[in-house]
Amino acid sequence: MTPQEFAKHLGANYPDHQFEIDPLNENCVLIPLQLVPQCFELLRDDDATQMDYFDFSTCVDHPPDRLDLVYSMYSTVYKHRIQLKVVLDRQNPCVPTVSHLWVNANWNEREMYDLFGVFFPGHKDLRRLMMPDDWEGHPLRKDYAHPNLVVRPD
Amino acid sequence: MDLVTAYTGQDVALVLIMLLMLALILGFIAGSSLILIWAERKVAARIQNRVGPMMTGPRKFAEFSMWTGGLLQTAADAIKLLVKELIIPSKTDAIPFIAAPVLIVTVCVTAYIVIPFGPAFSVSDLNIGVVHVVAISSLTVLSIVMAGWSSNSKYSLLGGLRSAAQMLSYEIPLIFALLGPILLAGGLSMQKMVLAQREYGCWFLLPSLLGFLIYYVASIAEVNRPPFDIPEAESELVAGYVSEYSGMMFAMFFLAEFANMFLVCSVAATVFLGGWLVPFMPVPDNPTPVYILLGILTFFLKTSFLVFIMMWIRWTFPRVRPDHLMNLGWKYLFPLSLLNLLICAGIAVLKDVYKLNGWGISLASLGALAMVMLLLQVVRIPRPDTFLEKA
Amino acid sequence: MLIRTWWCALTSPSDDGGALRTEEFELNMGPQHPSTHGVLRMVLKMDGERVVDCDPVVGYLHRSIEKMAENRTFTQVIPVTDRLDYCTSMTSNYVYVLAVEKLADLTPPPRAEYIRVIMTELNRIASHLLWYGTFCLEIGATTPFLYSFRDREKVLDLFESACGARLLYNYIRIGGVGQDINQKFLDRMIEFLDYWEPIIPEYEALLDENPIFYNRTVGVGTVPLEMCRSYGVSGPNVRAAGVAEDVRRDDPFAVYKDLEFEIPTEKESDVFARYRVRMRELRESAKILRQCYEKIPSGPYGLPLNYRFKVPEGETYVHIESPRGDIGCFLASSGGDKPWRCKFRTPSFVHIQLFKKLLEGVLIPDIMAICASFDIVLPETDR
Repeated sequence: MTPQEFAKHLGANYPDHQFEIDPLNENCVLIPLQLVPQCFELLRDDDATQMDYFDFSTCVDHPPDRLDLVYSMYSTVYKHRIQLKVVLDRQNPCVPTVSHLWVNANWNEREMYDLFGVFFPGHKDLRRLMMPDDWEGHPLRKDYAHPNLVVRPD
Repeated sequence: MDLVTAYTGQDVALVLIMLLMLALILGFIAGSSLILIWAERKVAARIQNRVGPMMTGPRKFAEFSMWTGGLLQTAADAIKLLVKELIIPSKTDAIPFIAAPVLIVTVCVTAYIVIPFGPAFSVSDLNIGVVHVVAISSLTVLSIVMAGWSSNSKYSLLGGLRSAAQMLSYEIPLIFALLGPILLAGGLSMQKMVLAQREYGCWFLLPSLLGFLIYYVASIAEVNRPPFDIPEAESELVAGYVSEYSGMMFAMFFLAEFANMFLVCSVAATVFLGGWLVPFMPVPDNPTPVYILLGILTFFLKTSFLVFIMMWIRWTFPRVRPDHLMNLGWKYLFPLSLLNLLICAGIAVLKDVYKLNGWGISLASLGALAMVMLLLQVVRIPRPDTFLEKA
Repeated sequence: MLIRTWWCALTSPSDDGGALRTEEFELNMGPQHPSTHGVLRMVLKMDGERVVDCDPVVGYLHRSIEKMAENRTFTQVIPVTDRLDYCTSMTSNYVYVLAVEKLADLTPPPRAEYIRVIMTELNRIASHLLWYGTFCLEIGATTPFLYSFRDREKVLDLFESACGARLLYNYIRIGGVGQDINQKFLDRMIEFLDYWEPIIPEYEALLDENPIFYNRTVGVGTVPLEMCRSYGVSGPNVRAAGVAEDVRRDDPFAVYKDLEFEIPTEKESDVFARYRVRMRELRESAKILRQCYEKIPSGPYGLPLNYRFKVPEGETYVHIESPRGDIGCFLASSGGDKPWRCKFRTPSFVHIQLFKKLLEGVLIPDIMAICASFDIVLPETDR
């Protein structure tokens, strides 16, 4: 399936919503935030898509108000790969977990919680992954400041 | 002076000689461990395509060949360990913590006193020699458990407990494997064991080949050497019961390991390989000095060969898992050692009743062995591995 | 006093019907432990020798490579990716460079593509040899480690002659490679393969027919295929479960579609199967290298590029086959000369998650066998 077909397929299942190809990434479909767990469940279980392999999920920070959450998944049956993007509110990023669908999402979400401060309601074990438990701030955000972090001169 | 005689039932001169011999033994243990550690490193190096320690020791020797390099390496290591600080972690139970390494070396030295290094050349030829060795050397488990428990570290504790389980299950096949030769010799004294092999005209290796193999496997487990080194398995339990030890206390465990290895191999050489009996040479009724020297040399050659095999095994095999170890001990070695006892009883009857000579006994034992092989084929004991199914 | 204590102990009513009271204890394995591959920490709940619960803790080697990448130009990031997985630096160089090339729409010359394949496969050999050695160390065999390192050194010598470095190469560059290789390098490579290929059976002979090794590995750490899918297991570990999945075949990059090689698979998906798959992959890598020797074209080895070139705005994801599995790079550019966001999807990160499930109910020695069999590398987990 091409990303266009994915968008069409999702549109057929959720007629109330718009699914567009991400202008930044030709292999990426934009997903409305409110569809997050259901839409992924559909992609995983639907016979036409069968996205059984979860690559990764990560965030891209776009200050001042946007935080993109990118999921990438793959079907070992059809050998197609797609990225899905959810746009979050940067001040209060919160998105339902998908770790019950793919176990692999578990640590990916913990990492995003740790490094970007995204909150995942429904995640069973939301702790910091890379940084110490008492760390303050979310290092991969663009506005993160730390005395040891020196910006290289141009 | 009378007091000594009264208490030991022995002449003062004899007691003095025994004390001298004991001092010799102590020196011997220290010296032989140094050499053994060096030898182990050299054997390991050869097996692993390396040269091993080369820089310590006479330069000329090192230039001669890899086998003569680094002669003083262990001496240097020993000096380093001697001058290191003894760290006693604050949460340990200090008294057993310090006592454990002392005990393990004491046990080791005590066990050495009955080893017949040559004709009329053992510290004390106790009439319960074999039992003495087995009983005393099984005390090492006590010291290992003490070390494991008192260290107050979880890895040490696991190592100590593993050691206890392992020793218990390997002591039994070990003793049962020794029972065969004891039956043949009709006595427990080590010197008598050697003389009995002279009387039989063949080493006890042949009548109880099964026993020898069982003894050898069990003794590797007994001295905690790889592949049965589960109490100190360095990739699992860091260093097992020695995790918290440092300096000379650690060195004492190390020394005891090598001394124990030499001990079990010398017992094997005595009981199964004819001890100081020089092959193809009639034994004089009254040992001449030449024969004594030759005997000592033979004894050391036999023992060194067995030690070498142990080293070879160590550097070849992966480590056994504790539960597989128990399986092997209880399900395979123990029943087989009983079988070995049966064969030895038969051979003893052949010798005593039918007056067979050495050749006859050798033939008979080979026949018995063939029958055992046949029996194992018929009974089809499930092999301890799944290799056949897999391939 | 003593007697009283003893008497109390003797007469006090026991509440468990006379059975021995046992207690679970917590064992902190790592981050400093001889066989946790660097700095993995596992909080184990133990019932004697048996694991009841395992919680892998990572992050002790977190060097914030992704943050560092945002602070450097596209070219400057390459040495940082070396440190991503120091056992296969070429692969991590490669995946990052591929991502940049895809975003910037660059096509490296064919000779560069071949050189990259040669280096990646050589690095796969080096990495699998390292794995073989450490895997054997962890199940207690010391000697295979020395054998594998003896031959790994020869691969590193080849790398040294090509790029001057033995561990962190910084060799695969955007649009090509750092330096050209000459015919002498290729001949030395074939010389090495001629020497080394007959040695692979020697490695196997040490372990394959050894009952101790069988007992330690067969049926231990079995990962069913459904579990592989849910956890996202990739590379040799999923091939051991019986599916011929390989990025080199499914999503061919560089010149892999012109090369013939098999994808070794095993059915059982236990420690032994993973060992077999890796040993067979060694032979396939040698096969690929020999084909590259025949096919490598002459020509330029890179594109002339400005040091601080700009990459158009966009996001992309590329992935390649590393010796450990499916390694990917998600790269976002804002149109400048530095990456806006650079995320690495690393196989070890995925495989370590398996341990929580897999180590339940196994014995301590099996922990080592299982952890080692997945070929985890901590720097690429923590990044």
